[in-house]
Amino acid sequence: MPVDQAIVRRIAHLARIELAADEVAHLACELNAILAFVEELGAVDVEGVEPMTSVMPMRMKERADVVTEGNIADAIVANAPATEDHYFIVPKVVE
Amino acid sequence: MTTQGRPSKLIKGATGDWEVVIGMEVHAQVVSKAKLFSGAAAEFGGAPNSHVSLVDAAMPGMLPVINEECVAQAVRSGLGLKAKINLRSHFDRKNYFYPDLPQGYQISQYKNPLVGEGTVSVDVSPSERIEVGIERLHLEQDAGKSLHDQSATESFVDLNRAGVGLMEIVSKPDMRSAEEAKAYITKLRTILRYLGTCDGNMEQGSLRADVNVSVRRPGEPLGTRCEIKNVNSIRFIGQAIETEARRQIGVLEDGGVIDQETRLFDPNRGETRSMRSKEEAHDYRYFPDPDLLPLELDQAYVDALAAALPELPDAKKARFIATHGLPAYDASVLVADKETADYFEAAVAHGARSRDPKAVANWIMGDVAAYANSVGLSVPQTHLKPAQIAALVDLIAAGTISGKIAKDLLVILIEEDKDGDPAAIVEARGLKQVTDRGAIEAAVDAIIAANPDKVAQAKAKPSMLGWFVGQVMKSTGGKANPQAVNDLLKGKLGI
Amino acid sequence: MTDVTELTLAAARAALVKREISAVELARAQIAALEAARVLNCYISETPEQALAAAASSDARLKRGEARPLEGIPLGIKDLYCTKGVKTTAGSRILENFVPTYESTVTANLWRDGAVMLGKLNLDEFAMGSSNETSYFGPVISPWRRPGSNVKLVPGGSSGGSAAAVAARLCYGATATDTGGSIRQPAAFTGTVGIKPTYGRCSRWGIVAFASSLDQAGPIARSVCDAAILLRSMAGHDPRDSTSVDRPVPDYMAAVGTSVRGKVIGIPKEYRLDGMPPEIDKLWGEGVSWLKAAGAKIVEISLPHTRYALPAYYIVAPAEASSNLARYDGVRYGLRVPGKDIIDLYEKTRAAGFGKEVRRRIMIGTYVLSAGYYDAYYVRAQKIRTLIKRDFEAAFAAGVDAILTPATPSAAFGLGEKGSADPVEMYLNDVFTVTVNMAGLPGISVPAGRSAEGLPLALQLIGRAFDEETLFGLASAIEQSAPKIEPPSKWWT
Ligand SMILES: [Mg+2]
Ligand SMILES: [Zn+2]
Repeated sequence: MPVDQAIVRRIAHLARIELAADEVAHLACELNAILAFVEELGAVDVEGVEPMTSVMPMRMKERADVVTEGNIADAIVANAPATEDHYFIVPKVVE
Repeated sequence: MTTQGRPSKLIKGATGDWEVVIGMEVHAQVVSKAKLFSGAAAEFGGAPNSHVSLVDAAMPGMLPVINEECVAQAVRSGLGLKAKINLRSHFDRKNYFYPDLPQGYQISQYKNPLVGEGTVSVDVSPSERIEVGIERLHLEQDAGKSLHDQSATESFVDLNRAGVGLMEIVSKPDMRSAEEAKAYITKLRTILRYLGTCDGNMEQGSLRADVNVSVRRPGEPLGTRCEIKNVNSIRFIGQAIETEARRQIGVLEDGGVIDQETRLFDPNRGETRSMRSKEEAHDYRYFPDPDLLPLELDQAYVDALAAALPELPDAKKARFIATHGLPAYDASVLVADKETADYFEAAVAHGARSRDPKAVANWIMGDVAAYANSVGLSVPQTHLKPAQIAALVDLIAAGTISGKIAKDLLVILIEEDKDGDPAAIVEARGLKQVTDRGAIEAAVDAIIAANPDKVAQAKAKPSMLGWFVGQVMKSTGGKANPQAVNDLLKGKLGI
Repeated sequence: MTDVTELTLAAARAALVKREISAVELARAQIAALEAARVLNCYISETPEQALAAAASSDARLKRGEARPLEGIPLGIKDLYCTKGVKTTAGSRILENFVPTYESTVTANLWRDGAVMLGKLNLDEFAMGSSNETSYFGPVISPWRRPGSNVKLVPGGSSGGSAAAVAARLCYGATATDTGGSIRQPAAFTGTVGIKPTYGRCSRWGIVAFASSLDQAGPIARSVCDAAILLRSMAGHDPRDSTSVDRPVPDYMAAVGTSVRGKVIGIPKEYRLDGMPPEIDKLWGEGVSWLKAAGAKIVEISLPHTRYALPAYYIVAPAEASSNLARYDGVRYGLRVPGKDIIDLYEKTRAAGFGKEVRRRIMIGTYVLSAGYYDAYYVRAQKIRTLIKRDFEAAFAAGVDAILTPATPSAAFGLGEKGSADPVEMYLNDVFTVTVNMAGLPGISVPAGRSAEGLPLALQLIGRAFDEETLFGLASAIEQSAPKIEPPSKWWT
């Protein structure tokens, strides 16, 4: 069982997902089931194989350095749960 | 350069000498019109969330497209740091949650940066030059800004900065003192400004430094380092290093250990303090950004950028020494700021006449610089024009005015006649040096006649000559040719 | 005309151009049909006013003889495509009230060509699922039933709303997306045609991301020809998507019905799974004989890394998803659950906003990317992806024009029948489709028969990169040879 409850809690915190106490054990089981499912990948000989970075071989296009967007603050905050003077509002962040 | 302790740089502790080892991570904002991956303006300031595109706000389904100018600027910077340009690099996501990081990740280059190893020559003093290695330079996105002082319970998030292109420039741990570190960041800033790839404005945050500091006994392996985050002036960088080195030495000499951690420098209290809150569970889960493809460049593209690079400070300094005959010190001072170097050359070459570069340099580095300093500007930012400096130097060289009068003339140009032509002012105000031998002789004779006792003393004590010269100059309003005054006095006093 | 909703898109288009029917009539008929079928839960949002207004302006164009390729054709849009001014939920509570101020490139292309939007189609939450049971807005009920049974069946997923709506005649065609099989598997379950084009063929701009390197837009349609018509409008280069490919879009419809004589069809032996139901094997064999009869040459091929595709997918896709879904944090849009500080707000918002399957995948993705596990899981999976792609390249290099496989390992199953105890059971649905996403290739699912229970079954054709035309040609050959699958009876009306 590679994933224990402590790891589940750590991963959930990294992913910023609150877990109810009774979810942890169950989730550990599910994650272990998925990890068991992918375990056979360990048997593949990948020596010298490049990991895939782009599935279609092509060159990345670049945009010209031109200002084409902006001045849409209304649209930017249109769906915001809390906003004031076009700022997004969040609970105080202490540095 | 040597990585062993340089004897002069060691710090004396209670139990012996210590060496401080410094490396720096500098975030330099790329000079570009638009952001790194969106078409929103990269311009500083603006109303809240006005320089923000749907991409910068990480709206669902939005995708990054790289700005070609940001790539070119990073390549130019790499070339200016004599670094290896990697023709194939890629972008990774650095995942973490923060309200001013809309995507929940920063697009950066972790594994394969655009620029590899390079080097910067740094003049620590007129007599000491060190080489600081560059580990890498990569492109990444800036974050937005959170304002914490608007409300007691809330923070206000503005994404105008979010997505602006940054170059992260990582040095090797090649610096051994606060002075070296300050000289390095100064030189780095100068190079970037010459290249036009970063404006170097530390107050606005266009250039920010994270400083890694560790201490060790000379000759021993590297100690545990602490990273001092976001120090926002060169002066504070020096203070932060000294403060942190002293703290670490204190801890070690008391038998303690240094924890590898991120610290913050508080200039008001003159201390660094741990930022443990930010340390919590750092696991950035870097992986290649699947929304982007590898960044592939042609050698021909890099060569073209290299060919179009401006003359950089080291080359300019060498040329100032070789072709203008300047002393190394003068050349260093002038090239430290590209505009000042240009100003100097404009003054030297003004009006298709040649004039003594050293004389021009003396004025620019002397009285003109003193004035500029007093008003908080650089020389080229003042109203004084290179043409005015050229004219001033020409008037002295032609014997039209003395050095003393030239100083007065400069004050007139500074205070009264800002756009004035120095030659016209000399003419209008009758500042012309008196070279008429008869007139000078009359003045000399008057002084000799009025001071018989001093004349007698002078015979025994030739150094009295200076007093007589002063008196004659005073009586002529400084306009007498000093050489003529000297000659006449020597003859008449018999010394 | 008896019931205009029974027309194929191609036939409706012809009728519109001949002005045998008006676009408003067509829209009205579809609106009535979808309103009568709400029990199927295909649509999350209905936009009838918008549809009628668009149809009216299409009628004006048709009248002037200025019809565009999809003039007046009512379509359903998977609710993963951002639509300006129309709520876009991704099937998630976290975007329950999100109204984009922008239009996805693919839907903009459809409106450019004159199509009419009927509404937004239900889907698995963030496209994560193979049964459409993970939607916050409730499962989609398949219009198909086993004869004599009223057990509710799944339409497949994640484009379950799209497939069910097309099968139930609630739109003439629908947009869908496919990350591991989410177009082809629901198409197979519902007797419709679905094509996942080559990665990069359609723009991803404005489509809520699941796994960026695998996601691809495509249509679900009533026939191969309809799918070809829709893909032509959807596809094309978009400078706003760095992974979008800049090459011209062919006239796919021209490929439909072309001769397949001489085409070389590969049959990958690794797709013959242990425990595969005999009826699936039989269907596959029929597909082989139809293509052989049509003049194609059949060869056995080997794609040795096939068995690793699904496990590798369950590393790559969740990893990318865990990062792509980080933006749903309750700060700029979407659900916010207050917290005592910002971290608490994030954690409560994301716990409440994401459903179980999404949370599970974010957790797996976060785990495989985390320090110490990255190389063992993510890097290894991406290396295996390279090997999977090489298998296909070798087959194509040896002269194979397309590969024929079953589309799914079974027919549709009942609601709640799979995956409740073990998530992997559900994942196995994509075993035949996921390799195609891993390699970025085009794949089409075409109805080919019925299961013993009378439910639709389908075959999949896999093509070379950017050779969707060959797939349309071969799929239409199967479509013509296979027994015609009549649409499901309208038990819901
Ligand atoms: Mg850093
Ligand atoms: Zn950085």
